[in-house]
Amino acid sequence: MGNTKDSQGALWEVFVQKKPGLPFVHCGNLHAFDKEMALQNARDLYTRRNEGTALWVVPSDAIVSSSPEDIGPFFEPANDKVYRHPTFYKLPEEIKHM
Amino acid sequence: MTKNEALFNYLLRLGDTSLILAQRNAEWCGHGPFLEEDLALTNISLDLLGQANSILLYAGAVEGKGRSEDDLAFHRTEREFYNTLLSEQSNGDYAKTILRQFLCDAFDYCFYSELVKSKDETLSAIAAKSIKEITYHLRHTSSWVERLGDGTEESHSRMQNALDELWRFTGEMFEMNEVDSILIKEGIAVDLKSIQPKWESKVKEVLERATLKIPANAFMQRGSRDAKHTEHLGFILAEMQSLPRSLPDAKW
Repeated sequence: MGNTKDSQGALWEVFVQKKPGLPFVHCGNLHAFDKEMALQNARDLYTRRNEGTALWVVPSDAIVSSSPEDIGPFFEPANDKVYRHPTFYKLPEEIKHM
Repeated sequence: MTKNEALFNYLLRLGDTSLILAQRNAEWCGHGPFLEEDLALTNISLDLLGQANSILLYAGAVEGKGRSEDDLAFHRTEREFYNTLLSEQSNGDYAKTILRQFLCDAFDYCFYSELVKSKDETLSAIAAKSIKEITYHLRHTSSWVERLGDGTEESHSRMQNALDELWRFTGEMFEMNEVDSILIKEGIAVDLKSIQPKWESKVKEVLERATLKIPANAFMQRGSRDAKHTEHLGFILAEMQSLPRSLPDAKW
């Protein structure tokens, strides 16, 4: 058996929500053969130390990713458009996460 | 037999079973079928060790001879252990390990759900904490039993072999003696006859989905209530106890 053969199931991405209301944050990936196993493995791998109270698992191949070549056309046009940032008016104090 | 002696023995049954099963599962550490499952089983092992720790700590206090949980775990011999025969059976292949864990989980689930109502506050508190862990263990092992039983031809035959081999050790989990009658009268212990049908229906439900057959008219091996064990326990104790016995003052 070669080192390249992978018989450990498909790759899944894991997202953990620390507390209700907060966003789900990507924390890593794992191997599993189906949804239930992916969820259980995520619980065992990523939430053993009180990292969160909810989990998402997503098949890695369901994630559509931008590529390094996209950096220019995708993200650089934003650099010189300062008017898109909320810096021209005062934020009310109650708004904490802007 | 006094109530205190009965309670001490009862606690050894529970604590020893968790301890020996924890030790058995820990043998897989670093050898699991794949990384994720290796971690899952060692998590279960650690949960069991935590349960054993609290129960044996309490057992030491009930006995009142100043023995700590470590004294009880590491300085008793084979004929002083009251763990179930099922918990000490060898790991075999992963099918056997998972099935052993599943049969114990199903028992623990039914047992600790009832023990929560115990009039002994310490026992009831330990049960309340453990039942959450056990519920997860049962979910994990049930899905593996189903997956392997209803999987490939090979995984099915390995599971069926494991069931044929282990089923004979399930009868004595429900055996009761003087210890139980004394403690049931006090509202401390669980009536094992009352949880047996619940255990059977839980186990049958999963085994059916896993397309596995329970051996018909199987002979039921007994012994652990009298501290009589299969040949496996001596070897586990030798390995588990060698360090604290050869270096009695060793500290982390």
